[in-house]
Amino acid sequence: MSELTQTVDVCITLNGHSIKATIPARENLADFIRHRIGLMGTNVGCEQGICGACTIRLNGDSVRSCLTLAAQANGHTVETIEGLTDSGEISQLQEAFHRNNAAQCGYCTPAMLITATELLNSKTEISRDKIREYLSGNLCRCTGYHAIIDAVEEVAEAQNNGR
Amino acid sequence: MAVNRKVIGQSLPRPNVMSFIKGHGKYLDDIIVPGMLHVCYVRSPYAHAKIIEINADDALAIEGVVKIVNGKDLLEYCKPWTAGLTNLGEMRSAPQHAMPPEIARWQGEAVVAVIAETKAIAEDAAELVEIDWEELNPVTDLQKATENDSALIHPELESNVAWSIDIDAGEVDSALENSDIVVEKVFEVGRQTGVTLEPRGMIADYDRGKSYLTLHHATQVPHIQRYIIARQLGLSESSVRIICPELGGGFGLKLHVYGDELTTCALSMMLGRPVKFVADRLESFLSDIHARGHRISAKVGVNKDGQIQAMTLDNLAGCGPYLIHPRTSVIEPLLVAICTPLAYNLQHYRAKATLVYQNKVPTGQYRGVGMPIASLVAEGLVDAAALACGIDKVEIRKRNLHAVDAYPVTAVSGEFLEGLSQVASLEKLTSMMDYKGLRAEQKTMRDKGIHRGIGVVTVVEGTAPSPALYAAGGAPISSRDACTLRLEADGEISCTTGLTDQGQGGVAIVTQIIADTLDLSMDAIRVSMGDTATTPFGGGTWASRGTAIAGEATLRAAKAMRASILEVTSMISEQPVDILDLVNGEIVNLETGETQMSMQDVGQAIHFKTHQFPEDFEPEMIITRHYSQREQLMVYANCALGVSLDLDINTGLVTLKKIWAVDDCGRIINAKLVTEQLRGGIVQGIGSALFEECLYDEDGQLLNGNLIEYLVPMAGDVCDIECAHIETPTKASELGAKGCGEAGIIGVCGAIMNAINDALEPFNASVTSQPFTPAKILRALGKV
Amino acid sequence: MKPRSFSFTTAHSVEHVIGLLQEHGDEAKIIAGGQSLVPTLNMRLSAPQLLIDISALDELRGISLDGDRLRIGALTRHVELQSNKLIAQHLPLIASAINHVAHVAIRNRGTIGGNLSLADPASELPACSLALGAELSIVGNKGKRIVKAGDYFKDLYETDLQANEILVAISFPLATTNTVHGFREFVRRRGDFASCGLVMNGERQDGKLTSLAPVFFAISNTPVLASKCAAKLLNKTLNDDLIEEALLELDRELPVIGDIHTSTEMKLHLAKHYLREILGEINV
Repeated sequence: MSELTQTVDVCITLNGHSIKATIPARENLADFIRHRIGLMGTNVGCEQGICGACTIRLNGDSVRSCLTLAAQANGHTVETIEGLTDSGEISQLQEAFHRNNAAQCGYCTPAMLITATELLNSKTEISRDKIREYLSGNLCRCTGYHAIIDAVEEVAEAQNNGR
Repeated sequence: MAVNRKVIGQSLPRPNVMSFIKGHGKYLDDIIVPGMLHVCYVRSPYAHAKIIEINADDALAIEGVVKIVNGKDLLEYCKPWTAGLTNLGEMRSAPQHAMPPEIARWQGEAVVAVIAETKAIAEDAAELVEIDWEELNPVTDLQKATENDSALIHPELESNVAWSIDIDAGEVDSALENSDIVVEKVFEVGRQTGVTLEPRGMIADYDRGKSYLTLHHATQVPHIQRYIIARQLGLSESSVRIICPELGGGFGLKLHVYGDELTTCALSMMLGRPVKFVADRLESFLSDIHARGHRISAKVGVNKDGQIQAMTLDNLAGCGPYLIHPRTSVIEPLLVAICTPLAYNLQHYRAKATLVYQNKVPTGQYRGVGMPIASLVAEGLVDAAALACGIDKVEIRKRNLHAVDAYPVTAVSGEFLEGLSQVASLEKLTSMMDYKGLRAEQKTMRDKGIHRGIGVVTVVEGTAPSPALYAAGGAPISSRDACTLRLEADGEISCTTGLTDQGQGGVAIVTQIIADTLDLSMDAIRVSMGDTATTPFGGGTWASRGTAIAGEATLRAAKAMRASILEVTSMISEQPVDILDLVNGEIVNLETGETQMSMQDVGQAIHFKTHQFPEDFEPEMIITRHYSQREQLMVYANCALGVSLDLDINTGLVTLKKIWAVDDCGRIINAKLVTEQLRGGIVQGIGSALFEECLYDEDGQLLNGNLIEYLVPMAGDVCDIECAHIETPTKASELGAKGCGEAGIIGVCGAIMNAINDALEPFNASVTSQPFTPAKILRALGKV
Repeated sequence: MKPRSFSFTTAHSVEHVIGLLQEHGDEAKIIAGGQSLVPTLNMRLSAPQLLIDISALDELRGISLDGDRLRIGALTRHVELQSNKLIAQHLPLIASAINHVAHVAIRNRGTIGGNLSLADPASELPACSLALGAELSIVGNKGKRIVKAGDYFKDLYETDLQANEILVAISFPLATTNTVHGFREFVRRRGDFASCGLVMNGERQDGKLTSLAPVFFAISNTPVLASKCAAKLLNKTLNDDLIEEALLELDRELPVIGDIHTSTEMKLHLAKHYLREILGEINV
């Protein structure tokens, strides 16, 4: 039998910072980000991969951090709401969320922003229905989605007109 | 004093919303208290079973496990409680323990607490707790529960019937007999649950030195929870402090007394260490309150011209094994009985309700409480009557709404209604949705094989309850709220209130009222909520009371603050107070137009430079005002709501096309926020109408207690929602605001049902069992 | 909701994976995207001692033409299937089905190999594999073997894949100008697992179907090829009577199992409706 331990050494680039840690193999990426690193902007809603509240970016793609083991992120790049806010990358969308009151309790909001940003960056044609389809893996229990769709659509239109 | 409305009525962004958008929202699970332990609950796998023996030896042996506690261990720390209200007739109610020492009465009831250094270790150990159970007969079917040979959930109560009510107004039997047409329907409303995106949670931190319990608690009602928690744990109220973090949704779910939360408090007292409890999603489904779960036989008698003569309903509802504390599970069937006839002018009405115990998750107040069911029944009956009479569905409503000049009016169920704009709302709605155009389009679509349905409803929404609802029945529930304002030395205003904000916009509303009254910039006002040690005692957030109650208290406090500021300015500047006014954050002499003092000058004067004041002058610059609404059981608001949808008759799938709502919640502080309350409520109601149901088997096992199989509406499953407003201030308060949080969920269930049935009309089919699933629609069409 | 403890190792070659599987047997599980496995770990519905992470194995990646077939590496993610030009050109059925798989964040991690190894009966890709006549390349301690999709799906979450084997690639025959296909699924919400679905692939010549594979999914323990129904439709001019007659075969040959939301009867009703609809569509 080869030697196996229930811990793993990981090196994860989190919001531009390289983080090395020895962690339990069973620790998921959400718990790693939240409770090991202390970045609490990523929220956990179901740990079943359904609600989407824990969505983060892994190597540039939106993924569920509750369905990704931290060990699987070893050697990879993770971005969370904190990093995306600080870099200014999503500031236009954040402003649109602000104008439209596209957040109520705010629990779904960071993940909603990350998913919507992926759509806005996708270079596909964006319609209200396309936004609805793209965001349909992110549960919001408060807003009824309309204001969120408005905010994303506003940014999509600005992108079409401006840049 | 006239208030010049500069800020009230403006759709300004919420002052605190950017914090959430940047990911700074601080929720319960984000809080870490040094030395904190984690608790995981072992929950009953059976709906009804006796605990014979608990063996926790293997679990205790796991490294990192600190303690394992059962219901018997808890007896000396936490008293049982018995829910009940004395103002609503006889209630049969049995004591409930934080964890049952002997008998578990629903699948999911917490029976053993495992406390460990981490949540994962606590879960490892929980798996190893062995419980020897003796299964008892579960009571699950509503009808069978009422029969004489049924097993009893509480043998000492001698019946599974918890409560019943009869309302009989006018001469129902003769009115029905004299009606041209009597329509009879049976409506079913499935059990649902609230599904806040953030699960329930608490950190209990007992300081043995001070005998002081600090709770970080995700609750909508900190002051009420503090009273109850202190009472159950044998502490004085002042030795408990509740601090609410930001809440990831409430919807009524986070205002009840939960055994696992009280146990968490007791564990901290037992251990002298902080203990964190955060429910996971699976236990949320088995422990958060459920709601609805009613079966209603109803009748309406109408004349050929569509005039409603009489209505009757007989409601059989289930409530879990206990009446939830402190509000009781009675209010939902009560509101069905009271609210069903509210929208319409009829003189003869009979309602009967029977609430029975079941071995299922306890039911309690969830957004809309009973009113969505009442509206479903009333609007379903009215549409059925329209069909029977051959009258258009909007027209029949116009013929039966209370007349424009009828207000104030006492509805047939005894409720006082004033200042409703039902007719105007309905007219605005039908013009906004182009009702006639939709009907014409529907006809052409039908010819093309597309089955479009249109549903229109008129809603009366009870908001801002008076103490007559709960406190008069002995429940420790405050209908009052309060606002404290403090002028700071830098001239800015700090505000605390008993209200809490789960994203509805309470902070914005309070800020706007203060800014408006003091003519101050919103940036010069800071509102804090949720800490019982620093905020004035108030009822918190429930039943759409925030703006109507706390808003009025805020207006009163701001007016008093204004008077005080002017008084101080008058004293210092030696100008008569009646020529001074607050303008753009400064105190201006209206005669000269000059600035007399700045707010900062006043702040400096009252906090530092009191040597300027005469000896007997001590101005109040921390001002608290209270308000409780005592005129009406609830302040009723109104709304008209329309739905357009397409029905696939081969699959039973419903595609929502568009929803419109015209709401009148009295004085509007921020129309954007009212719109967002409507939209949010409507989408939760879409969940009720099309997707959500807690499915149980006959043994009381929840079959879909997870987010994969319990379907909540996502962005792709709903449609755009256009809202408009009518503003008829209530006379109950100076502010004139009514609540607006529930009109959407109340109206949309019936509107969707009516739209589906509208689409089904050519097939002579209809559905009346919510949720209106494809399976039920196909069954109604005779396809399966 | 935390998983039980396990060990985790990153595989550096397929041989390494096989070695570990040999050594640890049933106690080991392969993890790729983890989108189906991790929820079961979180809910403690499965509790392996060892997870073998294969995501670094580049030899399992890639979509490439291989003669008259398209080879898709097991680690190919759903999002890659969605955007790949070869798929769009040669496997239009997969291109249309893949849009119905879950949501973007799941498609960004979930892999075709993981999907077919788990073989969820409500999933789209197992049904596509069966309808398209896919071949699965499986490597074990005795080397590589090819299994036809028709022989691969055994029972509920049970496939021909043995405990010491790994699925490395899937290959599909290319669509031709004669290919006809259709996709339908019944979901209450966008992106949900289906409660009844149909993928259909066939060949048409001179207005008649010369081959036809209607595969129903989310109706039973495995995807089901309705071969008797298909046989009735071959080499004939399609008309309503013929279609209705063929649909009657579904009553006999579909082993439908209802679920909590969708009864057996309703699934059968939907199955017939979808087949009728697709046949109507290709018959235009």
